[in-house]
Amino acid sequence: MSTIEERVKKIIIEQLGVKEEEVKPEASFENDLGADSLDTVELVMALEEEFETEIPDEEAEKIRTVQAAIDYVTAHSEE
Amino acid sequence: MSELTGQIAVVTGASRGIGRAIAEALVAKGAFVVGTATSEQGASAISDYLGSAGKGLCLNVTGEGAIDEFIAQVQNDHGAIDILVNNAGITRDNLLMRMKDDEWNDVINTNLTAVFKLCKAVMRGMMKKRNGRIVNIGSVVGTTGNPGQANYCAAKAGLIGFTKSLAQEIASRGVTVNAVSPGFIDTDMTRSLTEDQKQRIFDTIPAARLGKPEEIAAAVAFLVSPGAAYVTGETIHVNGGMNMA
Repeated sequence: MSTIEERVKKIIIEQLGVKEEEVKPEASFENDLGADSLDTVELVMALEEEFETEIPDEEAEKIRTVQAAIDYVTAHSEE
Repeated sequence: MSELTGQIAVVTGASRGIGRAIAEALVAKGAFVVGTATSEQGASAISDYLGSAGKGLCLNVTGEGAIDEFIAQVQNDHGAIDILVNNAGITRDNLLMRMKDDEWNDVINTNLTAVFKLCKAVMRGMMKKRNGRIVNIGSVVGTTGNPGQANYCAAKAGLIGFTKSLAQEIASRGVTVNAVSPGFIDTDMTRSLTEDQKQRIFDTIPAARLGKPEEIAAAVAFLVSPGAAYVTGETIHVNGGMNMA
């Protein structure tokens, strides 16, 4: 079973078409990974599906880095 | 094998007139069509004429949450939507001096806000598929204006700006968004015009006749075909030469 971190990173790699070594925790989707605003919307959609959750728009806007995505999913997944 | 075989299309306002002609044209090209009407009676009429190639459903586009529910039901029953034709529209004509807030709001809500909601509801599915076709039915009066129809003209002109904006947002995902703007077409909507009004309109149409619903459907059928994949944000005017943009 993969960890949340691994699953989040895998989605980022698939959605943004970036290399694994680029997906550092502090990497910003738009500034470092070349995502445009629509890419980030799609990324959130993919996260919602992978983790079977709904991310409200005001939360989605704060998910701008790899670490922010991991933190959000970790905080909102069933424990 | 027809070019739309296996595709799911939604056509709003499909019980009669232009919407019905569009639904029939898409079925002829192989699509499965879900047509909407505002009454159960209209919905069953759609089911009757579409037969096994489609289905009629009741949808009041201004109902709270109705659009999301409707799209979810279609996707659940038939799969992801490939084609959305926003055709449903109403008129509440009046001179601006006499126009009630309700007359303004009803037209804007049905003809413009509902289009926003329907497009938003199908967007996730189309983006994931990297394929989708949206066609919004405008009107020549959205370009020319028309006395007594400030509400309708505002909604139809707004639709064009909406179409161009959405087209730019999602072109990179293989989804096209276009408009077809009919001139005066022989439907119940234009049959309610007086003889005097009709005569004045005829004088402005070089083709000197009303258009047929099938002539609008043909333009829609082109825009949803594989051959139109590179056409987006465009408005096709079908008006017998009445207004040349």
